[in-house]
Amino acid sequence: MTTNTSVQTGTVPAGAVDGDLLVVRDLVKHFPIRKGFWSKIVGHVRAVDGVSFNVRQGETLGLVGESGCGKTTTSRLVMRAYQPTGGTIHFRDRTQGWLDIPTASPAQVRGVRRNLQMIFQDPYSSLNPRMTLLDIIGEPLMVNGVAKGSELQDRVAELLRLVGLHPEYMARYPHAFSGGQRQRVGIARAIALEPQLVVCDEPVSALDVSIQAQTLNLLEDLQARLGLTYIFVAHDLSVVQHVSTRVAVMYVGRIVECAPTEDLFFSPKHPYTEALLSAVPTPDPTRRGSRIFLAGEVPDASNPPPGCHFHPRCRYAADICRTTVPPLTEIAPGHTVACHMSDQLSLTGVHS
Amino acid sequence: MMTSTDAVRVGTPSAPRAMDTPVALDVNDLRTHFKMPGGTVRAVDGVSYRLHRGRTLGIVGESGCGKSVTAQSILGIVPRPGKVVSGSMMLTRGDGSTVELAGLDPKGKVIRSVRGNEIAYIFQEPMSALSPIHTIGHQITEVIRLHTGANRDQARERAETVMRQVGLPRPDEVLGRYPHQLSGGMRQRAVIGIALACNPSILIADEPTTALDVTTEAVILDLVRSLQETTGMAIQFITHNLGVIAEIADEVVVMYMGRQVERASVTDLFLRPQHPYTQALLRSMPRLGKRAQARLEAIEGMVPDPFSVPAGCAFHTRCRHYVPVRCDEPEYLEVAPGHWVRCSRAGEVA
Repeated sequence: MTTNTSVQTGTVPAGAVDGDLLVVRDLVKHFPIRKGFWSKIVGHVRAVDGVSFNVRQGETLGLVGESGCGKTTTSRLVMRAYQPTGGTIHFRDRTQGWLDIPTASPAQVRGVRRNLQMIFQDPYSSLNPRMTLLDIIGEPLMVNGVAKGSELQDRVAELLRLVGLHPEYMARYPHAFSGGQRQRVGIARAIALEPQLVVCDEPVSALDVSIQAQTLNLLEDLQARLGLTYIFVAHDLSVVQHVSTRVAVMYVGRIVECAPTEDLFFSPKHPYTEALLSAVPTPDPTRRGSRIFLAGEVPDASNPPPGCHFHPRCRYAADICRTTVPPLTEIAPGHTVACHMSDQLSLTGVHS
Repeated sequence: MMTSTDAVRVGTPSAPRAMDTPVALDVNDLRTHFKMPGGTVRAVDGVSYRLHRGRTLGIVGESGCGKSVTAQSILGIVPRPGKVVSGSMMLTRGDGSTVELAGLDPKGKVIRSVRGNEIAYIFQEPMSALSPIHTIGHQITEVIRLHTGANRDQARERAETVMRQVGLPRPDEVLGRYPHQLSGGMRQRAVIGIALACNPSILIADEPTTALDVTTEAVILDLVRSLQETTGMAIQFITHNLGVIAEIADEVVVMYMGRQVERASVTDLFLRPQHPYTQALLRSMPRLGKRAQARLEAIEGMVPDPFSVPAGCAFHTRCRHYVPVRCDEPEYLEVAPGHWVRCSRAGEVA
């Protein structure tokens, strides 16, 4: 373990290596299920159930999985939108050094918030219809005392230019813009304070095909220009493959595989990753067909199957999978997988 | 037939087929316009295609291109103030007789005997297509009793058969449930079941898998294909997802601003696209398995405002092959057998 010399304060979390920006360990979030007049707790939805990962400075970590797998909950825990049930989220803040987001003091959190921003999925509901673009993008600058008055206007104009919108639009309201333009406004707001980490929750899934490419290019340009680090939550695997440096695949609250993008897509080691990749429709009619159809449904996170959560839908499942939870183990440099059978299987990735 | 209790299995490839079967629906120069205070929106402006029995026609385009309004025009359910202003939609019924759907009273007897009976419609969001306060069983038997005059028991029996057909195990259990008690995939299966309850000869599927996860999407696409094989129905499959189109369609129509810009067999469209818009769409999407992480070739600009469609070729403002004057009035021409393109520079650009 090496310590980061650029930051003086805070203790370096266990498992962090040089260049890490975020270190998440054993993160757990259970939501209570309440029933009856007294709202008695009758069970828990294990939305996130022991998730560990690192995010390095300047990279894009893709987080993929089916709906209900816990990818959005994980990203919200990082944003401190929820208080986790257990686990740690260490973030290397620019000014305060390493600190654990869930246990940080309110004053520390205020400092961290500047460096942690979010881009939302729906550009229609994430912008206040009664605020002009100047208000929307200027708000974080004003609240944090970065700029006001004409300086604020200059800064907003600069941000609008940066995301490819005309600065003259500053006085307009969101309704005057198309979905793609609104998403640019959301991006401008997120980068206004020059954050270190931006959580992108399905940033292009609500956009048209021709607008998706523009938005993805913009996110990449901004990353290169401002040295941003992204956590990219998405269900579209071709988009994730395009933007991510590394990808983590989640299934019912757990990470089942995490690897550099090429390794994960071309030589997956978890049967779930294989099935997920095979299900993606390819825009080539000569390559139709032979896909893996998963039986059944994603299990209920309040009552997941024992052992490996994936075993009822897995075509390679053995007895051990039904009883024992497979640990996330490193099978190649940077490639971790949670599968008892991973060393015996030869799985198919995507065709190049 | 796939059922949820089957073991995990690997599907077999299905090659695209030629459109050589009898025509089920012949749409010719359809125009549906919306007269609004701010002007007329030509949502559908001269669209022609044919649905063939046992074949799937894909309609692709971005939001606002008119792909859903085309489908709504067929069933006479265009929301106000939209109106079919010209064109014809000739339906060949199961008994061989033909009906002209354009100009029918949207509340009349004829169109009501067509909806559900001859032409079924699947919506994008299964949750909003189903009534939240009625059980699945109630909703499906209602359809069957209304259209076939079956009694309660016969309808129930038919409902159970259909539910088994769409791969819902233990139909009696599913029929007693409310939509919120089912998962997204099961709900969409139930909606498909309701659509198929009266053996329609045409199925219009409007973005049926958009709200689903990829794994569920793959299963639903496979289900639709296998149901087509057993029933021989014609399918009009509307989506914005080119991957899904490549997977399921036999012939494809590409729409932009209410007009058809290209129509070709699925193989021709993906391997030899002729219209700059189709080419740009295919180039702009990130593809699984492409190793080079180069920048995406985005299409510049955005879809124009429907109130002020660019004159001449509607795509010219975003087209990199635009030549003034020459591109003013592109004609819709057949450039190869069965391959139609609306572009003055078709054949020169790639």
